[in-house]
Amino acid sequence: MNSLWSLTLATLVKDIRLEWRSKDALNAMLFFSLQVVVIFVFSFDPLAEESRHIVGGLVWIAFLFAAVVALNQTWARELRNQVLDAYRVSPAPANALFLAKSLGNFLFVVVLQALMVPLFVVFYNLRALGPAWQLIPIAVLGTWALVVNGTFFAAMSLRTRSREIMLPLLLFPISIPAVIAMVAGTTAILTGENSAHFYIVLLLTYDVVFTTACLGLFETILHAE
Amino acid sequence: MKRIFPILSIVTVILLAYALYEALVVAPTDALQGDVYRIIYYHVPSAWTAFLLFFINFVASIQYLMRAKKSTEVAAKWIVIAIGVVGVIATFIPAVQHMLPTGMRPSAVATTVLLIPIFYFLIGRWFPGDKLDILAVTSAEVGVVFCTIVLVTGPLWARPVWGIWWAPGDIRLTSTLVLWLIYVSYLVLRRFSNSAQTQMLAAALAVFGALDVPLVYFSIWFFRTQHPQPVIGGGGSMDPRMLHVLLISWMAFLCFAFLVCWSRFRLELLHREVEQAHAMESLVGAGSTRTSLPLSRSSK
Amino acid sequence: MNAVKFLFAAYIATWVIHGLYLGSLVRRFSRLRQQVKELGKK
Repeated sequence: MNSLWSLTLATLVKDIRLEWRSKDALNAMLFFSLQVVVIFVFSFDPLAEESRHIVGGLVWIAFLFAAVVALNQTWARELRNQVLDAYRVSPAPANALFLAKSLGNFLFVVVLQALMVPLFVVFYNLRALGPAWQLIPIAVLGTWALVVNGTFFAAMSLRTRSREIMLPLLLFPISIPAVIAMVAGTTAILTGENSAHFYIVLLLTYDVVFTTACLGLFETILHAE
Repeated sequence: MKRIFPILSIVTVILLAYALYEALVVAPTDALQGDVYRIIYYHVPSAWTAFLLFFINFVASIQYLMRAKKSTEVAAKWIVIAIGVVGVIATFIPAVQHMLPTGMRPSAVATTVLLIPIFYFLIGRWFPGDKLDILAVTSAEVGVVFCTIVLVTGPLWARPVWGIWWAPGDIRLTSTLVLWLIYVSYLVLRRFSNSAQTQMLAAALAVFGALDVPLVYFSIWFFRTQHPQPVIGGGGSMDPRMLHVLLISWMAFLCFAFLVCWSRFRLELLHREVEQAHAMESLVGAGSTRTSLPLSRSSK
Repeated sequence: MNAVKFLFAAYIATWVIHGLYLGSLVRRFSRLRQQVKELGKK
C-alpha cells in the first residue's frame, strides 16, 4: 500500500514538473476556458431575472468542455514516448499510474475552474442565496466524478479511431447522474430554493462506486492495448 | 436447425398479427385517454424486451471479464449464488417487505432476483468461449433497436395525452434515454476500436453502464420531487383485460426478438469465420490451396 | 380523431425501425456470402 502511494506521488510530481516546464497545454487550456466563459456571457443574457436559475448549468457545461479538452491529452505524452509499454512490462501496480493521472487531471481542472469561476461571478453578478460553503463539496466531488471516469475512458480510447471524439462519447452518458447532481445542487445553493444535501450524497456515492470500478478494471484496460 | 427458423418465423408472424388484432380491436377503450392509449401495447413490451436484452448483455459482459482468470471466475460464481440466496430469503423478512413499493408482491421480487443466478449459469453453459462475446454484441445491438422504439413511441404517446413531447423529470423515459445513450456508445466503441482486446474494453464499458443505471434513476427521482412533473402512465392497477393483451403483445415481441437475435448471432459467427479466413490467407499467401474456409452449416 | 393519428404513427414507426434493422442484417448477410464465394474460388 505504501509503495502504491509513493509511486503515485512520484508519477504525479513528474507530470506536474513536465507540464510546468513546457506550459503548452496549460496556456492553451487557460485561454480556451476564458473564451468559453465569454461565449456564454454573450449567449445567455446575464442581466435577465432568471440568470441565477441557469448559471448552475452554464458553469458546469463550461467545466465539462474544459475537462474534456484537458482529458484528451492525458495520455498523449505517454503514447509519444512508449511509456505505456514500459509500464506494462514493469512490476509497478497499474493503479499507481491511474491515480497519478487522475489526480493530475483533477488539479489541472481545478486550476481552470479557479480561473473561470471569478469570471462567472463578475459577469453574472453571482451571489449565493443558500449556504455558499456547500459549493465546495459539490465542486470537489463533481470534478472528481468527471475526472476519474474521464481518465479511464481516455485510456480506453487510446487505440480507437477518432480518439478525441471517442472520449466524450463514452464519458457523457455515464456522467449524466453526476451532471444532474452537480447542476441541480449548484442551482439549489445559488437560488436558495432547495437543499443540496441529497445531491452531495449522490455525488459521494457516484464517486465511491466509479473510483472503485476504475481501480478494479484499469489493469485490464492497460493490458488491453 | 435449418428447418426451425422458417417455422418459427411463421409462428412469430401469426403471433404478431394476433397481438395486433387484440391490441386494436379486442382491448377495451380507455376511459380517460381514448384509443391513443393502445400505443402501450407496442411501447411497454418493447421496453421490457430492451431491458431483458441489456440485462443479458450485462451478464455476458461480467462473465467475459470474470473468465479472464480462474480465480475471479470461481469467485463470481459464488457471489452470484449468494445474491440469489440472500435475495430470496430477504423478501420473506417483514422489514424488507415494508420497503417494497406498494403493489409489488414479495414472491414477484424473489422470482426476479432468482433470475440473476439462473441467467448467469445458463449463459455460462450455453455460450462458451468466443460465443459469449457474440452474445454480448447481439443483445446490445438488438436491445438498442427495441430501445429506439421505446424512445420514439414514448413521445408519440405523450404528445396527445399531456400536450408535451417530453418531460425532463419523467423518470422512466429519461432513464431509458440514458440507457440508450450508454449502449449506443458501447456499439460505437465496438466499431471504432481496432485493438485486439476490443471485447474486453466493451465488457468493461457494459459494467460501467450497469453501475450507472441505478444512479441515473435516483438522480432523476430526486430532481422530480423538487420539480413536480406530470404523472405519466399512472401508478394505478390495470384493467385485467388490458393486462392480458399487454402480455400477449409481449410474448409476440419476445418471439420476434429471439428470431432477430438468432439471425444477428449467425451473422456474427459467419463474419468472424470470414475474417479468420482472410487473416489465414494473408499469412499463408494468396494462391495457396489450403485456405478453405471451415464453413459452419449456417453459412450456406 | 387527431389523437388516433399518433397511435398509427407509433405503430408504423415501430415497424419501420424493425424493417430498417432487418434490412441491414440482410445486406450484411449477402455481402458476407459474396466474400465466402470469393474465398472459395481462390
